[in-house]
Amino acid sequence: MTALYLLDLVLVPAILLAACTAVGTRDRFAAVVSFIVYGLLLAIAWVRLGAVDVALAEAAIGAGLTGVLLLGALARMGRRADEAAAAGPPGRTLRLGAAALGAAVAAGIAAAVLALPEPAPQLSGAVAEALPALGLGNPVTGVLLAFRGYDTLLEAVVLLLALLGIWSLAPDPAWGGLPGLRHRARPEGVLAWLGRLLPPVGIVVGLYVFWVGADRPGGAFQAGTILAAVWILAVMSALVEPPAVRSLALRLALVAGPALFLAVGFAGLGLAGAFLGYPAAAGWAKPLILLVEAGLTLSIAATLALLVAGTPERAAG
Amino acid sequence: MADGLADGPWAELLVALPLAGMLLALPLGGRQAHRLALLVLAAGPVLALLLAAQLWQGGVVGVALGGFAAPLGIALRADGLSVLMLLTTAVVLCATGLAARAGFAPRPGQGETRAGLLFWPLLLALWGALNAVFLGNDLFNLYVALELLTLAAVPLVCIEGKPEAVAAALRYLLFALLGSVLYLLGAALLYGAHGTLDITLLAARLQPGPATWMAGALMTAGLLAKTALYPLHLWLPPAHAAAPAAASAVLSALVVKASFFILLRLWFDVMPALAGLGGATLLGGLGTAAILAGSLLALRQERLKLAIAYSTMAQLGYLFLMFPLAGGGTEAQPWSAGAWTGGVLHAVSHALAKAAMFLVAGLVLQAAGHDRIRALQGLGRAMPVAVFAFGLAGLSLMGLPPSGGFVAKWLLLTAALASGQWWWAVPMLAGGLLAAGYVFRLLNPALSAGEGQGWRPVRRRWQAIPLALALLSVALGLAPLLPYLLLGLGRSPAAEEGLG
Repeated sequence: MTALYLLDLVLVPAILLAACTAVGTRDRFAAVVSFIVYGLLLAIAWVRLGAVDVALAEAAIGAGLTGVLLLGALARMGRRADEAAAAGPPGRTLRLGAAALGAAVAAGIAAAVLALPEPAPQLSGAVAEALPALGLGNPVTGVLLAFRGYDTLLEAVVLLLALLGIWSLAPDPAWGGLPGLRHRARPEGVLAWLGRLLPPVGIVVGLYVFWVGADRPGGAFQAGTILAAVWILAVMSALVEPPAVRSLALRLALVAGPALFLAVGFAGLGLAGAFLGYPAAAGWAKPLILLVEAGLTLSIAATLALLVAGTPERAAG
Repeated sequence: MADGLADGPWAELLVALPLAGMLLALPLGGRQAHRLALLVLAAGPVLALLLAAQLWQGGVVGVALGGFAAPLGIALRADGLSVLMLLTTAVVLCATGLAARAGFAPRPGQGETRAGLLFWPLLLALWGALNAVFLGNDLFNLYVALELLTLAAVPLVCIEGKPEAVAAALRYLLFALLGSVLYLLGAALLYGAHGTLDITLLAARLQPGPATWMAGALMTAGLLAKTALYPLHLWLPPAHAAAPAAASAVLSALVVKASFFILLRLWFDVMPALAGLGGATLLGGLGTAAILAGSLLALRQERLKLAIAYSTMAQLGYLFLMFPLAGGGTEAQPWSAGAWTGGVLHAVSHALAKAAMFLVAGLVLQAAGHDRIRALQGLGRAMPVAVFAFGLAGLSLMGLPPSGGFVAKWLLLTAALASGQWWWAVPMLAGGLLAAGYVFRLLNPALSAGEGQGWRPVRRRWQAIPLALALLSVALGLAPLLPYLLLGLGRSPAAEEGLG
């Protein structure tokens, strides 16, 4: 017990330090690295708070995927960004004003958080009561796929829209082609070796995380991130080429999850009497939820991988 | 049959159908996406009318999604305000979809293009997001709907790939994300304090305290950034001016109204008792500043689209006069909830008029290849229908009878005088005069007998689209009773009694 408190004692200042470095440093590379460290430390903090699902998502998306995106952006910024930075930092008054406003908002939020009632009024009791009817063991999955499935459906579409937003920046002549720059790796190098070694393991872990999500921490978002990471590694080690943006198979993979979710939602109108509802008959809800999760895992993996790959830039070879 | 219609899942379909269309459009590809989108858009007014009938017959429509009642599940709720906004949205989007064929439908013999594919799923997603906002009864779900809206709207700004549009879109994205973060922080505080985010339950449970106050302030600030209220308007003129005209029409007419709609829900439905005089006066003051600054800036623009964008900034200001005026001097007014109704009618009539104006600007760009106001001599002869539509829409912006804008501003004005708060009447009247100034300034060269050098001809049926919108904006003023009665269904008591 004491050891855990000692861990907290180290963890909290470390998180603050990483956050301050990410914001305060002028070196962009250092800022990105600090941000990744911050995400990983935050994931540990979520574990300490008993929120393992959140920890998994924070590590995979907050630190991992966002980190890769930021590093990719950094690599592309190059010289032009330095020119922009040469315009100089904002004036002293502006900076002081921003600091004062930020401090005031932070103080207000801190006061509000400290004034929150204890114990916090919450819905975990209601969730636990309604969970067995769905055949699920993981309350987080129950909330995401059933009780607040509408939110999750919209979020899955939001993720797809982010990809469409990136695609909308593509140069017109390259439309329909392959995303991102061509990757090269020495065939006998470490990267190529890792690219061959890790994907089988990653795929098994990803599928396990998807499958176990019904009863324990895990689920479509975490599994999709792991599978996306596997694919990104294979692309970076030049073992596979990303699919062309015009590919029908790719587009079907992108929309499969949300489309399946919508279809099950429509079916719910007839079978359960409510849009996005699951039939009350025992044993129906869980298979449907797993079906939706399987579709979401595929679409999330494809979307995240293509978010990292970037805009279409090359004609399909 | 009548029963079947009254019980239909119209609210759910209004969100699900656009999203289904968006998902189908991607695999269907750029050659067919526009056909699918137009087909789905055409269903919009029908669904919205069915929902209106449902509301008319059975009162406020509530849907527990998945069969899970709030607070465990998420509820959709359609009252008169929702339905009026949904109807406006469906009409404006239909018109925009038809007009957008000029720029985004594939040309014969041409393969899939980037903009030709992406525009249509983005437009459908935008429509789904707007409907989700107008139907949402859960503060976190409204956050998700706002995210959907932002991520559909921002790429539409830069879909033509012009560098200045990309810069404007990025600035828009940063403001919108700042707004989202502030809103989300507030929602988290409300959940921590009350254990629910369902608007109806929250309104019943709400306790004043530091968490509630802070949440209200954060969410209001976030929503103001998304609504582009002065002084958080900096992103709006460049984004709305740089976007393709069809996108500008939707952005100016509807997207900024969505965050304003949530602000109305927050102040009038969630925390009407907590909204003090100070807060309402501050919002009214910022609205006044927006009216004056936006109108003056609109008067000074050299380009048509920028002038229309600054006019949006000014017209949004009127919406915020609702807050200090709501409930004042009710007994001395012909209609109850006069200021609130006036504000909502203003939102609707401005949506119709502004969409018409931007679509006309799109036709001008098509015909002339530029939108420099001074070089538009002879436009009236080249495309008389479009110029007439612009004039009609301008009538509504100025608030001249008979138009929706007149009824809206008249209701707001009456509320100001009846409640003895005459000082709010000053910006309204000044804003009307300034609007007359900038509308006349935009029309003047078009109506002058210039030579009209080399206009590319624009067919009458393209010009008819903005005309239909402008006529609707006027018609709102001829038959204001119908929307008024609709708005009374499920209206917050605070709309009549006032805030605080």
